[in-house]
Parts: sequence; C-alpha cells; structure tokens
Amino acid sequence: MTKTREQSSDPITIGLFLLLALIGWVNIYAAEYDPESSVGMFSLSQSSGKQLLWIGVSLLMGLFVYVADYKFFDSFAYVVYGIIMLLLVAVLFFGKEVSGAQSWFQIGSFRLQPSEFAKYATLLAVAKYLSELKQKTLETRQIIFAAVLFLIPMALTILQRDAGTALIYTGLILVLFREGMSPLVLILLAAVVALFLLTLLIPKAVLLVGIAIVALIVLGLVARTVKRIAWVFIVTTLAIGMVISVDFAMNEVFQPHQQKRIMSLINPNADPLGVGWNVTQSKIAIGSGGLKGKGFLEGTQTKFDFVPEQTTDFIFCTVGEEHGWLGTFTVIVLFCILLIRLVNIAERQKAKFARIFGYGVVSILFFHFMINIAMTIGLFPVIGIPLPFFSYGGSSLLSFSLMLFTFLKLDAHRMQMLQR
Amino acid sequence: MNSRSVIIKGLVILTGLGLAIRLFYIQLIDPDYERAAENNIVQKILEYPYRGLITDRNDSLLVYNTPVFDLLVIPNQVEIPDTSRFLQLLEMTEEEFLEQMKKAKKFSYKLASVLVSQLPNEHLAAIQGELINYEGFFVQPRTVREYTYPSLAHTLGYVGEISLRKLKQDTTGYYRGGDYLGISGIEKAYENNLRGDRGVSYRMVDAQRVAKGKFRNGEFDTLPEPGKDVQLTIDIELQQYAEKLMQGKVGSVVALDPKTGEILAMVSAPDYNPSLLSGKKLSTNYEPLEQDSLKPLFNRALQAMYPPGSMFKTVQSLIALQEGIVNPEQKIYCEGDLIGDLAPPGKYDIKRGITYSSNNFFFILFRRTMLQRKDPNMYSDSRIGLTNWRNYVTQFGLGNKLGVDLPNEVKGFVPTVDYYDRMYGTRRWKFSNIYSLSIGQGELQVSPLQMANLGALLGNRGHYITPHIVRYVGEESSLGFERHEVEIDSAHFEPVLQGMEQVVSIGSGRRAYVTGLQICGKTSTVENPGYDHSGFMAFAPKDDPKIAIAVYVENAGWGGRAAAATAGLIIEKYLKGEVSRKYMETYVLKGKFHD
Repeated sequence: MTKTREQSSDPITIGLFLLLALIGWVNIYAAEYDPESSVGMFSLSQSSGKQLLWIGVSLLMGLFVYVADYKFFDSFAYVVYGIIMLLLVAVLFFGKEVSGAQSWFQIGSFRLQPSEFAKYATLLAVAKYLSELKQKTLETRQIIFAAVLFLIPMALTILQRDAGTALIYTGLILVLFREGMSPLVLILLAAVVALFLLTLLIPKAVLLVGIAIVALIVLGLVARTVKRIAWVFIVTTLAIGMVISVDFAMNEVFQPHQQKRIMSLINPNADPLGVGWNVTQSKIAIGSGGLKGKGFLEGTQTKFDFVPEQTTDFIFCTVGEEHGWLGTFTVIVLFCILLIRLVNIAERQKAKFARIFGYGVVSILFFHFMINIAMTIGLFPVIGIPLPFFSYGGSSLLSFSLMLFTFLKLDAHRMQMLQR
Repeated sequence: MNSRSVIIKGLVILTGLGLAIRLFYIQLIDPDYERAAENNIVQKILEYPYRGLITDRNDSLLVYNTPVFDLLVIPNQVEIPDTSRFLQLLEMTEEEFLEQMKKAKKFSYKLASVLVSQLPNEHLAAIQGELINYEGFFVQPRTVREYTYPSLAHTLGYVGEISLRKLKQDTTGYYRGGDYLGISGIEKAYENNLRGDRGVSYRMVDAQRVAKGKFRNGEFDTLPEPGKDVQLTIDIELQQYAEKLMQGKVGSVVALDPKTGEILAMVSAPDYNPSLLSGKKLSTNYEPLEQDSLKPLFNRALQAMYPPGSMFKTVQSLIALQEGIVNPEQKIYCEGDLIGDLAPPGKYDIKRGITYSSNNFFFILFRRTMLQRKDPNMYSDSRIGLTNWRNYVTQFGLGNKLGVDLPNEVKGFVPTVDYYDRMYGTRRWKFSNIYSLSIGQGELQVSPLQMANLGALLGNRGHYITPHIVRYVGEESSLGFERHEVEIDSAHFEPVLQGMEQVVSIGSGRRAYVTGLQICGKTSTVENPGYDHSGFMAFAPKDDPKIAIAVYVENAGWGGRAAAATAGLIIEKYLKGEVSRKYMETYVLKGKFHD
C-alpha cells in the first residue's frame, strides 16, 4: 500500500458531473426568472442562488469523501444502512409533510429528506452483501435476501406516501442482473408492466383474444415436450388472470389520485385541467421549444407557472422550452455518456464491492433519468422524482453527489482494493 | 468485458434514443404544442377608439363623448373583507349584488365582466379610493354619447349594444358581443366612419392571468384609430325653431337648400330628447318610447307616407305642359261638377288653377293627359296614358327612394298599370277609375322628404340634387351627390311658379306670406280616413331659391292653416334670421287650427 498506487479520481466523470450541475443551475434560474424583478442568479432568495450553494456543499462533501479512508465504506456499510433505516422509521413519526409526502425532517429552516440518503445506504448494504458471496451465479435465496435489503427502504418510503422515490429501488434489479440473476426475471417484470398498461389501453375482450392467439403461436413453435406445453399454459393462465384482475388491482391497490395519474398517462385529454394538467402543460412547454428553443430566459410556459414544480421535478421543461430539441438532445447525450462511463468504470473494478456499488449508482441514476424525462413528455405517470444533478433541491443533489463521489473514491483505490 | 454490461449499456442507449425520438416528435413534428403555448400566455386586449363628433353646418357641436366608469369584476379573484361596507359603497342590496355576481360567473370566472355600469360620478372618487381594499374589482373608463341640444333625435339616432342578430349578420367580423354601434340615424348610416378602428394589444399573462409584459415586444400591437368627425348639413338654430313650432303636433318638417340638396332642418313630431337613449338610460327609456301611441321613435320625415294632395297639382301642370295638352295661355271653362271642389266654376288657366287649387281644372287636365287617343279603345288608351304619366312622375323623385344618406327611407307609391290590373283586372279599368290621382289623392303616397325635394326641383326649374344630411366626413367633403333632371322644358315652369307665388300672396297659402320674400308655395288639404292632414310645400325666393320646404301636420285640417303658417315662419327665420310676425308664431304655437 503505497501512495503511488492511489489513482486520481476519474476526470471525465467529474467533468460531466460539473457540466450537468451547472446546466441545471442555469435552467433553475431561467425557470424562475421574472423580468420585472432585478434579483440576480446568485441571490439566495432565488432557488438558483440556493442551488449554487448546494453545488458548493456537494463539492465540499466530495472533498471529504476523497480524504476519507476508502475502507470505511465497505466496513461500515451495514452500520450506515441501519442508521438510515432508523431515520426512515423516525420520519414517519416526527417528520414534516411536504406536498403530500411525510418524508422531511425540519431542523430550523433547514429541511432534510432521509429517503434520498436511503438510496445511498441501500447501495452500500446491497454491495456489501453481494460482494461477500463466493459463487458466480446467484441462488434464489440470495436474490431474495438482496431484494429484502432494498424492499425495506422501499416499503418505508411508500409509508411516507412517496411512491415515486420508492419506485427507484426497482432499478436495483439491474444490479442483480449484472451479478448473475436470470434474465427471465427482467423479461417477466417487463411483461407484467407491459400487460398492465395494455389492459388500460385496449378493451379487455380484444386483449384476451390477443393473448390467446399469441399463446397458440408460441405453443405451435415450442410444443415439443410436455413440460414446455405446461409452462405455456401456466403463463397464459397467469396473463389472463392478470388482465381480468387489473380493475380490481387499480381499485384496491392504488389510491384514487394514483389511479387518475395512471389514467391521465393513457389519455391526458380526458381531464386537461385536473390531473392531466401537469402532463399537458409540461408537454406544451417542451413541445413549443421547437428545434432551437425560444432562447435563454425567453421561455414563457415555465416561468409563468403553467408548468408546476418547474425548478424541481419538471426542470427538464425549461431545457425543452428555451433550448429546443438541441438542448434536450444534448442533456440526454450527456446523461448517456455519464452512465456508460460509470458502467465502464464499474467493469474495471477489481473488487466486487466497488463493482456492485458502481452498478448500483448506475441503476439509481438511470432510473431517475429515464422516469423523470419520460414523465415530462407523457410517457410515464407523474411521480415526483428529481432529475439527477439538475433538479433544485439540496437533499437530492447531496445524495446523488455522495453516490458518485463514493464510487469515484472506490475507483481511485481499485488497485489497493485488489490486495484485500 | 462482461456481456451483461454490454446489455446494460445497450439499455441506456436505447432509452436515450427512445426519449430523443419522442422529444423530436413533440418538439419538431407536432405543431399543436406551439399553438397551445401561445394560447396559454397571450391575452388579446382591445383598445376602443373615440367615436367621431357630430357638428351642424356652422360647426356647432351636437354630439360628443363623455367618459363614464364601469365597475368590473373578475369572479375568481374576489375578496371582500367587509360585505356590508362594500354594498353600502355601491348602493346595492345584497340580492342585486349576488344576482350580478351570478351573471358575471356565468360569463367567466377568469375574465372581467361589468358589475355596475356607469358609476355615479359623485361617488366615483370615494369608490375608487376604497376599492384597493377589495380584490377582484376594478374601474374601467368608457365613453357614452352626450348631446348639446335636446334636438334632432331622429336624425342623430342612437348608439347601443350590438344585438345577437346583427352580430350574426356581421360579415366583416369586426364586431364582438358587448360592442356598441350606431343603431339608427347618422350613428347607423355613418357607423363605419364614426366608430374609427379598434386597436389591439397582445400581452403575456401567467397561469394566474397576471400581466407579464408585452407579447413579442408589441410586434403585433396596433393603435386605435379615432373615429372621424361628421359635419351635418343641418342648421341647428333653424332645426330648433322648427321643432319648437311643431311642439304638440304630429307631423313633419323638411327644409332643403335647393342648390345643393343639403337638408337644413328635419323634424318629426312628436320627438324625444336624444340623451334619453344614451348609455345606461337606453335600457330604461327605450321601451316607453317604443310603446307610445304617437310613435315618437318613428321618423315621419323619412318614413311616413301621405297622399301629396293639391301639392301634386304642380306636377300635373308640368306634365300637361310638356305633353302639349295645354299651353300657358289656354283657359278651360270648368263647370265645377266633375269632382268636389272649393274653387268656384269659371275659366281657369294653369296659373289660376294652381292659385285657387281648382280640382275640376286638374280633373280635366289629367283626363287629357291620360286619354290622348293613341288607341281608340278607352281601356287601352288609359294604360298608355298611365305609363306615360308615371314615367314623368317618377322623374320628380316620387315612387322611389331619393337616396338620402339616412336609414329607413321609404319609397312612397306611384301606381303602375300592373297595380290597377291586379286591383280591377286587366283592361277593366280606365280614367274614370283613377281620376283621384289628378288632385294627388287616390293611391299616391309620398314622404315629407319627397315633397320638400319637389319644392327644390320646382325652384331649380327642373332638377334636384339628391338630398343629404352630411357635408363633411373628417376632412373629406361629401360632395358629388347626383343631379337629377326632369324631362320638362324649363320654360314650362314659369306659369306654375307664378301660380305658386299667388297661392302665397292671394290664395290659400297667405299665412306663409312674408313681406319682401318671394315665396312660392302650394297648400294641400290631404284627405285621409281620419281628419284631413294639413300640408304645404314651398320654396323661396322665387328667382334665387335658397330654401325649399315641406310641412305636414296630421289631422290639422286645411293646408292653408297649420302647414302654411309653420312653413312661412321657418322660411322667414332662415332667410331673414329672425321672425317679425309674432302673431303668426303665436298662432302656430297655440295649435288650434280647426274652426
């Protein structure tokens, strides 16, 4: 263990992080810009001013992570996980409710959202657990245990009535997939979601006939052994059962406002001033941007409050409106480059813990990126999750930065980790 | 590299690609979003121009605008901390207030509608001062028409809110619900000039409809263009005098300048004060005026139809002279037994016939005009005669609209061959069925304006200029009104005019006689189902006509009394500037014309 073995943090990733945070900061300023007020983008009375402060705090935190002992994250993974889970429980009793979700601690004028940090803690715990397994492929028992690690914070977040944040944990399926889980689970999950949406879109009778036809075709193709035939029958029966029970699920599992959000995704024009308002206005803002956009500070839909939550969950609307398709495309490309870079870094890890943690970071960022943007353009129900590094908000920015910097810290020590 | 990592990277790229494609579609392909964005933020504000002023021929201001203030409400912004104080301020009861609010809400929650129109001026300052305590209310200025004189109501017309029917008929697309426009008179006829052009400004508003500055720096904004001022041909002093003389009577006076066709005065009695139909008062006053049995809203000068009566004998004389049926010196002996007559039997020529208004003389004249033996059959000859006669009569501006620049002018009626065919059957009528026409009775119908125009035509010895009421629109002269010639040699006028002069000097129209003014006139005692109408038509001076006039006073008996006296006074007033014959004024004002 010599100093020379220690690598510097990956400059490409840090550059992408800074770029995204700065673009986000500029857009937060634009989203709130009022031509009649002379308050500048650095003023702390503005979200943009506060966000700049948070970017500074994030970098400071990055510095702390950089000087910390790299072994800390591995060693204290479960401890951190335990503490944060306790905080998640505590917030249910002592937390403050903000826009319907009881997920905030209020200390003076400072607000903290433990569920944001729970993602980080969960990544540590899952990485710790999986890295200590010896065999190459995962057994079902191990998958279930790993799943429990993230199902606990997921359940606690749902109890805080913050389904959006809870949904993000499903992204960790990608980690399990990378670590050897059968791809069938992924395919099955995708099929269930697809089928669920189809039942809402297509009349039931048509869908049932469709399933039957597909089943017959599959049967014709694969029916060589009794076992396969049995499988086709079982899957078909489950699918039909699901189609029939979707109404029941919609009514019993989802709350009315959640049902409406799902339905407004299917048909936003059904109630354009009610639940469909967010999606409709968000699409109008982005759609009116055209190729080049209306220009910096020239957007109207976001700063005139037609788009709700324009600095946080719907920050992408300002990009779309003021900078057009070139702007949105640039942001998407930046995120894709960052995610692929992180996959590459994860793959070069010699230590299993670092690799799994890296994939965790990729999964969390990827799901946020995908769901947030899909939500603003009407491809996904409106759930309140931020766009990483972009959206205004200290807790989320700190949490994402912490994940990223921790991973870079682990990467910087990848040669030393090998020796353990 | 791990194959599953490649799958994950592929997933990332596919997702990015999917999002980019979807964004490409909504940002570059689908045009709906851009339009929706503009609809969201752009608020169109109409700026109303001032309506043009109306003056008389001597630049006396007749109609102008006065600002009034409406109290408007935006229902979804309303906040009233102290209801009872608020109601007290507006002098409204709670029921009235709730009723108005209901209407406003029905119209729109987000847009302003009028809560109280025309706030009382004396409370305006107090209301405006206190209004800051109540959210959702604001005061907006508007203008209504104000009148200098309580005169000329029929000619000026009035302005009111556009009706649903008119809104649908409006093909220009200029008007919107709630707009004001000219509904009658000059206000209607010159609406396009008086109204000016609205300006439009576009401003941006946020989701709460709060203004956020001009849309695209006012690139599409236009300024309102004020309406053009209109100068009338009316002499307001003469008009007021004529109105005064007609007070308490039913009928009409029209005075023209024969040389130009300019209408100097136009009265329809009974009339009303034009300010009764201005602004807020319109809604309360219209109904009673409409219901009044004497029909004060009806402009008799243009819209009433009477038989011309003996005034028509001037036309009959000229046709006969032109047709060569009679020459100016020719005397015809009249027994006085062909038709009822007040003139004594004896020898009549044109001049004497007019002077004494001999019915029998004109009976004979008309018979000769009608039956010129162009066809041996009397029925056929009557048809030829009527066609020929009618051709002349219409040249005198009768039976058709004269084309005055005011709405609702009537055509009058000059019977045609077809008309009598329908009435009696084809070839089943002849002169003896229609002889009443000879003395301007029967089926003939004329308006007072047409009779005044006849006076102008006689004074001009054979032509008239289309009568009109507007001299200037803005800076532009509205000259160029058409000159209409009658196919009658000007020489034929002399005996007729001499007769008319004698009507005033020694005949039935002596009450119109004014020393020093050569007034030519003709009385009519118009037979009609009720009591006779009194009619008089004149021009003066004989050799250089400056005024032509027609007066009808309904059910006032002889033409020589009410109508001639009134016309004489108006001529005197116009040509001399004042009236010296006070006894005649008193006679007319007293209004007792029956024995």
